[in-house]
Parts: sequence; structure tokens; C-alpha cells
Amino acid sequence: MTETIATDVAIVGGGPAGIAAALALRSRGVQRVTILERETDVGGVPRHCGHPPFGMREFGRVLTGPAYARRLAEAARQAGVEIRTGLSVTALRPEARLDATTAAGPVEIAAGRVVLATGARESSRAARLISGDRPVGVITTGTLQHEVHIEKMLPFRCPVIVGTELVSLSAVATCRKAGIRPVAVVEAADRPTARRPLDLFPRLLGIPMHYRATIAEIRGRGRVEAIAIRLADGSMCEIACDGVLLTGRFTPEAALVRPSHLVLDDGSGGPVIDQFGRCSDPSYFAAGNLLRPIETAGWSYREGARIGAIIADDLAGTLPPCVTTTTIVGGANVKLVVPQRLSASGHTGSLDSLQIRVEAATTGPLVARDGSQVLWRRNGRLLPERRILIPLSALQGPRAAGGTIIIEAAGSGSG
Amino acid sequence: MPDGDLFDVAVVGGGVVGCAVARRFTLDGARTVLLERGADILSGASKANSALLHTGFDAPPGSLEVACMQAGYREYLEIRERLNLPLLETGAMVVAWNEADRERLDAIEAQARQNGVDNVRRLTPAEVLAREPHLAPDTHGALLVPGEHVIDPWSAPLAYLTQAVENGARAIFNAEVTGGSIDGSEWALQTSKGPVRTSLVINCAGLFGDILEQRLLGSAGFTIKPRKGQFVVFDKAAATFLRTIILPVPNERTKGVVLTRTIFGNVLVGPTAEEQDDRDHAGVDETVLHTLIAKAVAMVPALAGMPVTAVYAGLRPASEKKEYRVSADAERRWISVGGIRSTGLTAALGLAAHVARLHADMKQKKDLQPLKNPVWPRMTNLAEHLERDWQKPDHGDIVCHCELVTRREIEAALNGLLPAGDVNGLKRRTRAGMGRCQGFYCQARVAALSEGRLADPLAVGACHD
Repeated sequence: MTETIATDVAIVGGGPAGIAAALALRSRGVQRVTILERETDVGGVPRHCGHPPFGMREFGRVLTGPAYARRLAEAARQAGVEIRTGLSVTALRPEARLDATTAAGPVEIAAGRVVLATGARESSRAARLISGDRPVGVITTGTLQHEVHIEKMLPFRCPVIVGTELVSLSAVATCRKAGIRPVAVVEAADRPTARRPLDLFPRLLGIPMHYRATIAEIRGRGRVEAIAIRLADGSMCEIACDGVLLTGRFTPEAALVRPSHLVLDDGSGGPVIDQFGRCSDPSYFAAGNLLRPIETAGWSYREGARIGAIIADDLAGTLPPCVTTTTIVGGANVKLVVPQRLSASGHTGSLDSLQIRVEAATTGPLVARDGSQVLWRRNGRLLPERRILIPLSALQGPRAAGGTIIIEAAGSGSG
Repeated sequence: MPDGDLFDVAVVGGGVVGCAVARRFTLDGARTVLLERGADILSGASKANSALLHTGFDAPPGSLEVACMQAGYREYLEIRERLNLPLLETGAMVVAWNEADRERLDAIEAQARQNGVDNVRRLTPAEVLAREPHLAPDTHGALLVPGEHVIDPWSAPLAYLTQAVENGARAIFNAEVTGGSIDGSEWALQTSKGPVRTSLVINCAGLFGDILEQRLLGSAGFTIKPRKGQFVVFDKAAATFLRTIILPVPNERTKGVVLTRTIFGNVLVGPTAEEQDDRDHAGVDETVLHTLIAKAVAMVPALAGMPVTAVYAGLRPASEKKEYRVSADAERRWISVGGIRSTGLTAALGLAAHVARLHADMKQKKDLQPLKNPVWPRMTNLAEHLERDWQKPDHGDIVCHCELVTRREIEAALNGLLPAGDVNGLKRRTRAGMGRCQGFYCQARVAALSEGRLADPLAVGACHD
């Protein structure tokens, strides 16, 4: 006999966004709010980020990731959120119905609304199409941190780190704490992706940095033995190592969305939403890093809280109907735009901003236009993987409802 | 450790052919040992293929290859339910992408009929599109081969060897055959796991078949010319765009690049055909992978932008000739099964039966007595279209979220009669880490669950932070 869980709002994923949505819903008086978490504990990725800073805005103090995750879990319990761990959602069905499995067997979930908050993950070696052998020891930061902080094991002792995003620094910190000694950092761009002065961190630790360097080949039969890199001047260089740590290049964990009835956005890799976080099936909402790779835990928390409040409005019947009036698309050099569409004309209570990421570094301008009419424009430097925002209010002012808004960041190229 | 006992048969090599041969001889009543140099079965050529069950429609008429493929095909269908091995009935289309291709379809159709594959049928471009609406619309027609299907390329050989071992065979891993001598009717083999005595050696050493013969016989009857094949596996979302296996019009050297669903619910494109000398390394190459993706997108435009789940490469043990290199030497108590290129998965059971006949013709002193009531082990189903362990109660919990692999499945694969010997063996038995995230979420747990059990372990030590 398949168990059925009935709830007002089912939240898929118990990370910062999911928990924040749950707290907002409870504080607005929604009775049954259920977090569905496939891991053994809620808290999400911060559970294994064993370093600060987390929780400044949420808890008014600087916490490590695990401490922050525990505070989130505790807050959810105290607020009367129902938490189901060890429960894997396996399919999304129309009208807020979910299929799931637990250790005991299959479960069905019948909810009033669903929040998808499944987060993001780093791209695998396969998805990056990296050349060479396929030995043991090529992993991502998420795996490293899970292995070190939760399983208390070492995936390698002297890896090469690939990438210089914010998470790469988190990786360096984890390595340092675990006694792992990275032998080099390799970055394809001519500068670190993460903001200064954080890029100084590996250098301060004495780890050689190679910019404008690409991976030519991974070598090794059983385990990684070396990595061959192509340096900026075209020459090749082999670095002996026992692992390769692939950091960053996040992609939304949209495994449930892709095969479902919900519309997926190829640009962001997450579900298409309107300014209220509503998916193409209006009984589904989405929040956090599933929407776009990638934001901080604090950002995801605030986004989740806003989506929670919006769903409370929706349950109270005060949300505008889910009818797309405007489509927003990324033009030249724009990698992703979220939300991808606007419902009705208002934005009261909606998300505040359009979130943008650019493909390549450029010196602006960033332009939002409707046909030839420029709705918004800003000059300045735009960098990949950095947060870029356009206030939603700027797009909805006096212009006639309907049509398509194009966001462009053509500018003068990289440099 | 091998004991001092005399085996009737030593099968050298734990690829799909070796596993099938070990099964056949065990069921026929032979005291059988399988010697594998790797830490697990399928460590060589058999780990990477396109996982198709072929009808033999395009194999050389009258060849041993077509005979073994068709016998293997029939036996697979006959035994698969008892072993709980899956079958995804897709059919295949040999698609003509230009006028020259279309002209060759006549000859391919004639060859199919000559090979006894009578249910092939020509499709017009409109019929091709009706069957596969996502295929690029500019085809010049196709030949439909309804009997071509998709199977699980790893559970099948594992089932063959498991059945052998359940019925008394021995399987010894990390046992490279380093030398040996024959004294009358008895071989004394030296292996890296100690000496093995046997009355017959069956060379199923795949990529190392010729080297084995040089070591033990002084010369080899064939020369292995490794041919690398690279593959790209697309996200499971791609499977909605394709039902039928899409085959190209083949050329002399290779069957060409295939686009097919996998039994696990993905879509696969490959292989390439790249000659190389190295028998150990089968690296992937970014440029080649991009080319494969482009080919897939050209065939099914909806695959543009589809995430890549996995990439892999394997070596096919081609020889200097196109045909299988199978021969028996009664004098030296030796049977060679060499040059089994890309059709080995289909042909394995047929090859095993053929080798058993060659052995019977050797007129051994004692006749083998086939087992009266052999054990039929049931494999764990990993096929996406059939019930998986996670859908059954009390599976422990889900360890690999992408492929929904249960703790019960991982524990079974690490224990049992033929436990996983390395990480890849564990993946092939369970699919843990083979999904979208490629281990991002599960590898740490798999590392903990498999601690101390695998060659080249996931973790190199404990962390005392």
C-alpha cells in the first residue's frame, strides 16, 4: 500500500531556499508545510562548507556552513515545519502531485502548492568534455566537502584545482583544513573569476596559479597520475598529482524538471518562472539556485522567503493570474535571464529584480529593450558568474503590456 | 588461491566472451576456471560498446561471425528471462542520408535476406519520419531491421559468469597469465595469483590475445590492432526524441556512428573508429566528443543543447583481418577466440557454443556430463523500463539520487559471489555515479560504503580535521 502525504505546501529540497520558504509560509499561517529532503539531514550545501561566512543577515552573526545549516534546521522545527528526510522525489505530476520513494518504499504526495528548491551542482568532468583517461580521483568541490566533512575521508592528497570561482576558494579552505596540499590552480581566463581580494588566497598559501591555462589531458590508469595543461604561451606542462578538483561551473539540479511537464529554460538550466517564481504549471514555484547558477546561501534564503510569502498570497487568492504577458529573452552575450516571463502587469510583492549573467567579460552597456524602445540601460563593466540585476519596476513602467523584452550586453568584448 | 587441482578448462580473459565460454563449459560439466588480469570482469574491450543485440543482418554471409551472432542472439532471448536480463525492443533503421547511401541500401537488404534476416523492410523518407518524428527530415529513406534491440551490456556477461560460478566454476581476478608449459595433455599455467593446472586453455584474452599466445605458444595466430571507439551519453531527457536505433550505412572498416537509446534510459552516440597501438589507454578527446555531439544533433536536431551525462572510450580487439580468429589446436590443447571486434556482446553465447563444439571435436579422453539441474541466478534489473530496486519496499535508502541506486543494491554488489573489484565494476553492477551528476551527490557515500573493498579506491585515507 503506497503511503500518501497530504500537505498544503510541499517543498522539494531542504537547503537555505527551501527552509526560508517554509518559514515564511508558517509565519503567514499556512498550516501544513512539508519539506521533502532526500539526504539524511536538511540544511543543503552549507552542511559541508566547513568555513564562514554564513548567516549574517539571517541570524545576525557569522557562522560556519554546518552551524548555519543546523540553525536553519532548528528554526524550521520550531516553526512547526514538517520535515521528511530520506525521501527522494522521483517525478513531478501536474497540479502539485509528486511521486517519491523512501527506505520503506514508494510514497505519493498530494499538495496544494509545490516549491522546487533543489539547488545547483558543479558540472562533471564528462559534461565538461575534458580529454584524457578516466581514472579515479577526478571530483568536484561538493564531493570533496561531503567526503571530508561528513564521511571523514580524503579523496586525494595532492590535487590540481581547476577554476577560480568563489567555490574554488571554499575548496582551497577545505583542502587546507583536511591536510590536502593542492599542487596548482588552473584557470582558463586571464583573471580569477571570483572577486578580489579573494583571488589572492591561493597565492598566499603558496599554490602556483596558472591563468589562461587549459586542461589538455588527464592521465592515469587506476587513479589520476598527472594532468597535462596548455599554458598561455602555447607550451605544454605536465603536473604530477593524485586528483583533479573541478570547481564551479554550476548547473541547476533540474533532474526532476527536465523530464516533467514544466517548461525548462535552456539559458539558466532551470524552470521558466514569472516574477512570482511561478512555473508553467502555476501549482509549482521555484526558488534558490535551481533558478540560476549560482548565488550565495544568503541570497537563496531571501529568495526562498519571498517565494514563501508569494505562495501564502496565492493560497489566499490574491496573486494575479498566471498568464504570460511579456517574455524576457537574453540577447547578445547574455547567458541567462530570470524570471523569463512576466504575468499580468503588476509587480507588487513579486521578486524585485531581473537576474542576469553574461557569457564573457565586457564593458557594457547592459540594455533592456522592447523592440527599438530602450527601457533600461546601464554602463559599466560586466563579468561572467557575477550577480547582475535590473529592477523589475524599470521593465513594467509606462510601456504597453505584452511582447518581448530583450536583454543585451554586447559591449566592447573582453579585456 | 588456485589449489593443486586439475581443471578441465582454463578460460583466459573475463570479457563478455570469456564469461560466456566459462558458463558454457561449466554447464556442459567441465571443471572450469576463469583467469582475469583485471580486478573485475569487463576490464578490457567489453566495458565499452554500444550495447546492441544485433541480428547479424549486415555481417559477412556464411561467416563464423554471422553464425555466432545469430546463435548468440537466439540463446540470449531464450535464457534472458530466467537470468532476469532485460531487453528493450527498439528495432533499427539503417538510414540513408544521401543518394549514395540510398543506392547501397539495396545491397544491404539483399545481404540481410541472404543472412536469413527476412523481416527487413524499406522505408520511404515519409515512413522514416512517421516512425521517428524528431529525426532530421532530409533522409533518403531507410532499411528497417525490426529485430535489432538494446540490452544491458554489463549485466549480461555478469550473469553468464555468475551462473558459471554458482554452478562450481572458479573466477580468479588480478591473475595475469605470465607463462606456462604443456606436458602431454596438461597445461601448467603461471599466473600472478599462482600456478593453475588445466587440460585445456581457451584464449579469450581480447586485446591481449596475441600476447598471450606469444607467451605460451611462442607465436600468435593473429595480431591485435586496437581500435578505439569514443562515445557520448546524453541526458535521459533525450530519450523522448528517439525510439529506434539509428544506424548509418556502414563502410568496410566500421559499422559507423550509431545513435541509440540505452537500456538505462539515456541516448548514446558513438563509436568512433581510431586505430592505435596502445592496448591499455582509451582516452577521450574533447574535439572528437564535439564531433560526435554534432553528428547526433545532425541526426536529431532536438538534441542541440542537451546536457551530456557521460563520455567514455573503449578499445575493440580488432585483428589484422576483418573476420573472427577462432581456431583449435588439439595437439597443444588450445583454443583461440581472437579478433572479436564490435559484435562480441551479441555473439558471445554463440561463440561459447561454437568453442564447445571445437572442444568436443578434440576427442578428449573423458566425455563431459552436462549439469542436470543447473542453478539460474537472477540478476538485479538496472533497465529503466522495468521495475528497479528503489520501487520495491525496504531498499535501505537511495544512495545515488540520479540513478536511484539503493543501499541494498550497493551492498549486494560489494558482497555476493562475484563482488565488484573496482569502482567501475561497482558502477556497472549498480549504476551508482553513472547519472547526470556523475557522483557529485553520491560519491562520498559510495566511498564510505566501499571502503577497503575496491582496487584504486575512491578515498586515499581517513581525514582527521
